[in-house]
Amino acid sequence: MTTPTPARPEATEPVLEVRDLHVRFAGRLGLGAGLAGKKATESRAVDGVDLQLYPGEVLALAGESGCGKTTLARTIMGLEPPKQGEIRFEGKPLGKSTKLLREYRRRVQMVFQDPTAALNPRQTIYESIAEGLRVHGISRGPNGETEEQLVALALSRAGMRPPERFFLNYPHELSGGQRQRVVIAGALVLDPEIIVADEPVSSLDASVRGEILKLLLGLRNELNIAMLVVTHDLGLAWTIADRVAVMYLGRIVEIGPAEDVLTRPLHPYTKALLEVVPEAGGIDRPFLAGEPPDPTRIPEGCRFNPRCPEVASGEAAAAGVLDACQSQDLGLGELRPGHFAACHLRARETPDDPA
Amino acid sequence: MSVLSTRDLTVSYHTQAGPVPAVRGVDLEVNTGEVLGLAGESGCGKSTIVNAVLRLLPPKTEVTGEVLLNGEDVLAMKAGRLRAVRWSAISVVFQGAMHAMNPVQRIGDQIAEAIVLHTKAGEKEAQVRAGALLEQVGLPPRRLRDYPHELSGGQKQRVMIAMALACGPDLVIADEPTTALDVMVQAQVLQLLKELQRELGLAMLFITHDLSVLVEVSDRLAIMYAGKIVEEGPAVAVFQDPRHPYTRALSGAFPQIGDRTFRMAPSGLPGDPPFPGNVPSGCSFHPRCPLAFEECPTIDPDLYVAGDGRRAACLLVKRGDPVEAAH
Repeated sequence: MTTPTPARPEATEPVLEVRDLHVRFAGRLGLGAGLAGKKATESRAVDGVDLQLYPGEVLALAGESGCGKTTLARTIMGLEPPKQGEIRFEGKPLGKSTKLLREYRRRVQMVFQDPTAALNPRQTIYESIAEGLRVHGISRGPNGETEEQLVALALSRAGMRPPERFFLNYPHELSGGQRQRVVIAGALVLDPEIIVADEPVSSLDASVRGEILKLLLGLRNELNIAMLVVTHDLGLAWTIADRVAVMYLGRIVEIGPAEDVLTRPLHPYTKALLEVVPEAGGIDRPFLAGEPPDPTRIPEGCRFNPRCPEVASGEAAAAGVLDACQSQDLGLGELRPGHFAACHLRARETPDDPA
Repeated sequence: MSVLSTRDLTVSYHTQAGPVPAVRGVDLEVNTGEVLGLAGESGCGKSTIVNAVLRLLPPKTEVTGEVLLNGEDVLAMKAGRLRAVRWSAISVVFQGAMHAMNPVQRIGDQIAEAIVLHTKAGEKEAQVRAGALLEQVGLPPRRLRDYPHELSGGQKQRVMIAMALACGPDLVIADEPTTALDVMVQAQVLQLLKELQRELGLAMLFITHDLSVLVEVSDRLAIMYAGKIVEEGPAVAVFQDPRHPYTRALSGAFPQIGDRTFRMAPSGLPGDPPFPGNVPSGCSFHPRCPLAFEECPTIDPDLYVAGDGRRAACLLVKRGDPVEAAH
């Protein structure tokens, strides 16, 4: 039904760019410990992220819980203040300019995981969607449409047809899939350039998910909306993403074209993530042991080294990079065209390693 | 040997708006040493089956048919017998490990409580056994003295598994045991469950909406839709070569990474699963079925033989037509 439109990052300027972004959360401290002069441990939820989102591309941001992917998305939306770093929209830094921020908040819209929680249960669908327009003081569309026409257009673009039928419904009268469509319509009504979707289908029934993904992909193809899709599900990334970024402990450790990252991963963590995707007929595979890592205690060197199977197997030592793994923090390196990874071992092996 | 079997089980909830049939005639069979995976979406009746088997349904709920546990009808048991059977013959690993435990009791005491209540063991013996159980699920016995909040999500779910095994049951029901867990931890917990099931030769009824998880741990699958089983058979065959259009749609929702047919081609079904109080006529799936034809709204299909050890409730199967890909 849909034709793949490969994103060509090199051809255009990013619509959104994140540079060296850091977000920290203060830890809690008991009264006694506070009086004793102890400091609360800070949680480095996002710990130096660089990311570009190009017009009309779908970028999936994947990782296990606690890796900072949701915090990154929320910070991009302006829902968390960054400690350091900047966010640039269409080449301009956001900074503190209220005018620019206001504009930004209209053109970058968020779709949350749970549509039931995202909608006001006492508001009709019409009111929920028109609220965005009112907040931004928009009473007429670009072609002179009335508010009612704009709401109807957004609903029908989100697949709620005929839109007028749903104007006076309340969220509880709709199914889960329909509610998520209403949330998406609420984003569309403001004619955004970017949609940030945090686990957009994980609270929906399996048979309904595909339709919502189809809708998102269709919006990208028709309206050229760029999407940042936060997900723990690599299968979803395989289905709709042009590029995939894998996050671990507040950093992006691998990013590149979806097909390349998911079928020929470079970083050992990406491999481990792919390993746990359920497979027909077998659970007898080696899995990464241990619990999701703790962002208050980020290990020295490569942040993945204590869990890294390449370190454990002695592969890293044999290649002579073990020291580096344990002592040198490293950034992303372009190990294949357009495919970046932060791994000492892989960086040593490239350029000609077919992995 | 059959540990659990249901015969024409129906469950109808009593509501102010009248009876709501949540389960509409289900036959299930779980044998010793076998994992039966039961899949379906929210509202299809899968959790109602669990509650019917354990007799945990609210009063006034109408239950008919038979639930045979080792040949004995659970629905006809007296209260005392039911108490004896619960946990020692049949136990459950519930979905929300976070909420299923008492937050102000040490986990050792919580495990021991089940042992003391359901076996002849004394307090001391129960504590020793609780320690052994923790080791079995991969936790050091010293964690017996921990409170639930001191454990991570995955560890709590391990404790829940230890509890389920405490009295040596014949059948373990796992109701969405990994849904709230992270992907890595989910894989570890699934592996543990599968290992223990094999080692102890348990019969297991594994329930989840996530078909891909189910295929990994189950021997056989049963797919539910609107209160009925619509397809059953060997797990891998059902997942990879579905005979019912609903199963096909469901398995299409779990893409295989690397398979290009899924790339940029999400597949789903139009519409939503029906509300149990308002099930469509004939085949309950027909309003959403891409292959529905004129007879579907009027004939409610039985489970027809659909290959080796397989059955599917679809008129196309009865006719012998292939259920082709819908997208």
